[in-house]
Amino acid sequence: MEWHEVLVQQTINGLTRGSVFALIALGYTMVYGIIELINFAHGDVFMLGLFVSLTAFTLLGMARTLGGWELVTILPLVFLATMCCCGLVNVTIDRLAYRPLRHSARLAPFITAIGVSFMIENLALIWKGPAPVPYPDVFPSIDVLREWVGVDTLVYLTTKDLFVVGVTAPLMFGLQRFVTRTTWGKAMRAIAQDRETAQTMGINVEKMIMLTFFIGGALAGAAGLTQGLYYNIGTWYIGFQAGLRAFTAAVLGGIGNMPGAALGGLVIGFLSAWSDQYISARWTNAIVFSILILVLVFRPQGLLGEKTVDRV
Amino acid sequence: MRPSKWFGLTAVAALAIAVAAPAYAQQCPKGKLRIYTSWPMQGAMIPEGTGMKNGVDMAVTEAGGVAAGFCLEVVNLDDASPQTGKWDGAVEAENANKAVADPLAIVYIGTYNSGAAKVSIPINNRAHMAQITPANTYPGLTKKKGAAPGEPEIYRPMGFVNYFRVVPADDIQGAVGAKWAKRRGAKKVFVIHDQELYGKGIADVFDQTARSLGLQVVGNEGIDYKQPDQKPVLTKARATGADLIYMGGVVDTGAPIVIRQMKDLGMVAARNVRFMGPDGLLEEEVLKGATCDAAMATDMHVTFASLPFEKLKGIGATTYENYKKRFNKEPTAYALYSVEAGRIAIEGIKRAAAQIEKAKDPKDKREAVRQAIAKIKDYDGLNGKWSFDENGDTTLETMSGYKVVKADTPVGCKFEFETVLE
Repeated sequence: MEWHEVLVQQTINGLTRGSVFALIALGYTMVYGIIELINFAHGDVFMLGLFVSLTAFTLLGMARTLGGWELVTILPLVFLATMCCCGLVNVTIDRLAYRPLRHSARLAPFITAIGVSFMIENLALIWKGPAPVPYPDVFPSIDVLREWVGVDTLVYLTTKDLFVVGVTAPLMFGLQRFVTRTTWGKAMRAIAQDRETAQTMGINVEKMIMLTFFIGGALAGAAGLTQGLYYNIGTWYIGFQAGLRAFTAAVLGGIGNMPGAALGGLVIGFLSAWSDQYISARWTNAIVFSILILVLVFRPQGLLGEKTVDRV
Repeated sequence: MRPSKWFGLTAVAALAIAVAAPAYAQQCPKGKLRIYTSWPMQGAMIPEGTGMKNGVDMAVTEAGGVAAGFCLEVVNLDDASPQTGKWDGAVEAENANKAVADPLAIVYIGTYNSGAAKVSIPINNRAHMAQITPANTYPGLTKKKGAAPGEPEIYRPMGFVNYFRVVPADDIQGAVGAKWAKRRGAKKVFVIHDQELYGKGIADVFDQTARSLGLQVVGNEGIDYKQPDQKPVLTKARATGADLIYMGGVVDTGAPIVIRQMKDLGMVAARNVRFMGPDGLLEEEVLKGATCDAAMATDMHVTFASLPFEKLKGIGATTYENYKKRFNKEPTAYALYSVEAGRIAIEGIKRAAAQIEKAKDPKDKREAVRQAIAKIKDYDGLNGKWSFDENGDTTLETMSGYKVVKADTPVGCKFEFETVLE
């Protein structure tokens, strides 16, 4: 392999890895933007997304590689079902665990979120057992460059790589448009800026918070499904690690800022892939978090975040 | 109310005495000695724990319950905590202390978990009691290779070796794996591991041995197995032109994803890249997770730290047959090694019989047995003739090599014995 082939391959690796991080980070950052809660359980909703979709495929008898028409019918169906299911789970978590604490000190819901995270993890542990669960190759893996383009290089790009980017990009753009262009989006942004004033303007704050949790959970579910299809394996504890990475991505991009979360996810994806290649895999976590620290020291608001002025 | 564990143990011990004593009374001119065993006997460990207990029982029964005029009693202790169902250092310490406090205790057989052995070896060492393990494979318990700083001396407060292994330690598997890799034509190897005690230990020994055999080691990387994406590390491996990926790890530390992603990146046997690992990967779960497609495409091979039961010869073969006849089932993974551990204990007692008889203090009796066991050479065991080396390890390096082949099972493939490795 020539050096440029290595670089291209690692960039592809980073892009797919980063896309999943970005998708999870969006949900994190949305919830934070509106109620300033670090929803620690978000990563675990992502993990549930993986298992829920696996169950859906199994129930439909489709736990195998799908063919042509099934890809445009079954796959979107399962996507929708998983997203709805995870959205509802997230809304339920909010109703049961966070809403009663809406007006307490910020630390209280945060600690609750950690508790919820443990509860979901342990439920998954009971449900699926401690061993890694294999996820069927639902999405066909085709070697794009050799079989479709006919180029024989050492760079490998499969349809699964394209799938990951093909799923995350529209979701991210769709969300961005929703938040910036629709009335509901406007309401969300208003609540993010000033909850009391938004309420006096006639915005149903609790409804909007519910919607935020639903969308956040749905995105986590989509990310879980994508991860399952791409890596074909799931374990009960993956939510913690993914949540940590996604949280880092959200902070890196500027917490509360949606394009920032997407950018942060991609940056972390690229950095970790390049670090695995050019430094050493065992240093990757240290490097990712060192860069986070450096960014926060020199740009505390994150890459795309705006400086906040303390309200007096 | 649940009867306490103490009650249970006392009852077991009392029962053992009550049953054993009359039967052997007339054959025991020199009195009685006790062999203590300790490993988990609860939860998921019930089958293996029972198999190991059967193994020791079988060794004692073969000898007619007697060694050189001493009647033998086996006291089985459980080192799992009733709360967690898993081995527990505190319980293991309690077991070892109980054995040491019994003046009739002469040998301690155990443990199953290397972590538990770390606790009981020093306790037995202070009491001069020999401890024989049928199952611990962590290298640091006996030697410097693949050990943490300070090991193994920290387990030998009295300065002598009292801990003996009838199973080969993990590092041997790394060494045997490297030899096999060379034999199978590997030239450039890339080593990865899960950064855990077992995986890293084996991977590092594989690395050293491969170098000394003249193979080129183009990388040795610890991976973060909690994150399900190893493509970057594998891309790095491919960029080095490696023709073999060796992974030190167990079933749930990332091997399935490594094998799968090797295939995604075109690192397959058809393009002259292969996969090899130690017996932590010799599990059907690995094939389920990795998919048979990927396992076969990467020409997956694994080493196993023993011969398969069907391939045993001589004493090994008869032991295997007798075990099946006696207990009416296949031995568990460490059941036959437990037979061997029991036989070594009895052999030690026989050789030290004269000193045991003379000695007054239990410590001196145990010391005599410890020395006798340490001197065992060219013992005709399950896998052939072997001796204890100066660390208390078996000199045996006979292992077997398995490869993945297509099979008519729900999984679609299986591990098949390929060759004996020495």
